[in-house]
Amino acid sequence: MPDIQIPSIDLGVSLQLLIIFGGAMVLLLADLFSGEGNKRIVGYIALLFVVGAAAAGVPYWDAPRSTFNGMLVLDNFALTLNWIFLLSTAITILISLEYLPRQGIERGEYYALLLFALGGMMLLAQGTDLIVLFLGLELLSITLYVLAGFAYPRLSSEEAAMKYLLIGAFAAGFLVFGIALLYGATGTSSLAGIANKLGSGLAADDVAFMLAGAALVIIGFGYKISMAPFHMWTPDVYEGSPTPVAAFMSVGTKGAGFAALARLLLVALGSQYATWGLILAILAAVTMVIGNVSAVAQTNVKRMLAYSSIGHAGYILMGVLSAGSPAAANRGIEGFLFYLLAYSLTNLGAFAVLIALEQRGEAAWSLDDFAGLWHRQPFLAIAMALCMFSLAGVPPTAGFWGKFYVFTAAWEAGLQWLAVVGVITSAIAAFFYLRIIVQMFMRDPVREISPSLDRNLMIGVGLAALGVIVFGISPTPVIDLVQGSVLALSR
Amino acid sequence: MLSDYLPILVIFLVALFIAVFVIVASGVLGPQRPTKRKLMPYESGMEPIGSAQRRFPIKFNLVAMIFILFDIEVIFFFPYALVYKRLGVFGLIEIGLFMLILLLGFIYIWKKGALEWD
Repeated sequence: MPDIQIPSIDLGVSLQLLIIFGGAMVLLLADLFSGEGNKRIVGYIALLFVVGAAAAGVPYWDAPRSTFNGMLVLDNFALTLNWIFLLSTAITILISLEYLPRQGIERGEYYALLLFALGGMMLLAQGTDLIVLFLGLELLSITLYVLAGFAYPRLSSEEAAMKYLLIGAFAAGFLVFGIALLYGATGTSSLAGIANKLGSGLAADDVAFMLAGAALVIIGFGYKISMAPFHMWTPDVYEGSPTPVAAFMSVGTKGAGFAALARLLLVALGSQYATWGLILAILAAVTMVIGNVSAVAQTNVKRMLAYSSIGHAGYILMGVLSAGSPAAANRGIEGFLFYLLAYSLTNLGAFAVLIALEQRGEAAWSLDDFAGLWHRQPFLAIAMALCMFSLAGVPPTAGFWGKFYVFTAAWEAGLQWLAVVGVITSAIAAFFYLRIIVQMFMRDPVREISPSLDRNLMIGVGLAALGVIVFGISPTPVIDLVQGSVLALSR
Repeated sequence: MLSDYLPILVIFLVALFIAVFVIVASGVLGPQRPTKRKLMPYESGMEPIGSAQRRFPIKFNLVAMIFILFDIEVIFFFPYALVYKRLGVFGLIEIGLFMLILLLGFIYIWKKGALEWD
């Protein structure tokens, strides 16, 4: 019998993943042995692991490597995404620490599930094989189904979990079928292998299978990033989920979905840009229009943020698809990463303010609840205002540079019309973002609500708002970071 | 290409024919003398008591789920048993890690009380 080949495994590539998954299992145990009503300690341990994983990535900067027969890589692109995900998770933990006990849903599994979801996101950023990407997506999705229903026995939360489960399973079906067709057409599931095969030319009937497979895979990821017309689930699920989970979903799932989509489109299907470029550009335009126009009509701020997150998916997609064009290959990736970081910070900050306003048992998400916030909680009002300016893309906030970056990328890719659509929809979006600011600063309080602002929530909101303003005033460090991250991906 | 699958289609058709033929033939040819006892639902010769759609505790669901999980995970040990000599220390460490994760899950469900019946 031949000897079994044991592949040489470079554990450094998966070091961050190992820390997160190991941490999640430690958290499960910590939950078991920590007393009832004292689950904060589990959250603090989770925070420790997240910070540790972020630090563990530092030595790997500018030293791209891959392992497990090329199924997993750690290049600067993946590393930057990992850091964005770790930062988002850290802020999510901070804003959850007091929210869970206040809502009476403090269960220790929350943090373990968050870390498992984070691991799935990092797998999506690091995976260079369709199988790994699928594994990461399922890990992320399944944990989020549970988290969406975490406010059990609140009915709206259960409804959100159920809707998310059904839609998610449906989307996974598209993805798997697409993967099967891609594999059938090219004979490999490795992204680089697919690119090679496409480069050397496919048989005529295999081309049809490849295109159908690519379309199905894009649809599968389209659900996750809530790209129109696959966005219908977003407002309902975000509204019903516990607010920190909605915040995490709006930045996490989206970012990870985009990470995988970018690698798939640019590495495996880069040669097919002529086919998917225009289709995705049209979908991006539709996504921006639908998201932002629907948001105008919302009076529920949580729903408004959900629709606005659909709109933002359109802007991020603009960056990703521009990178397919040789003229904007680098600019597109840079724009995507910058926008993702800016959007993650901003959206987490906005949701964190919602958390402060949310009382036990009653939701304070109507526009009236924001009236006169400035007089009651100046800190929250300023943070919310910064986030709203950033979402609207007003300088000097991080959101402005993000928009600027992706619009430039689209322009350079020869999609001038898409950039124009982006600018117009941004102008529409400014209306409902500024409406909240008007409510907070220029109206008197309508209802008596005492926002609960604890230390951890304050740190979370502060971190997000500080990031938004600091990266807005001096974006250079982030620009350096994203410019360094693009090299590894350039074909 | 597609013609390779022809034998499967033939088998499928033969199976379908036999099944249909036996049912139809026994209905047409066989003597029909139904009695009340013969028309009763077959329950291994016992007299049926009540409806088959009875309520049973949802706990069965949980136990069944846990059983399936651990059952399938333990199947992983069988291929390992065949090659453990050739995999050497590497295999031992890997299966040890696998076992550890399995054990963690077991501790978790035990402490959470999923194994308590009441």
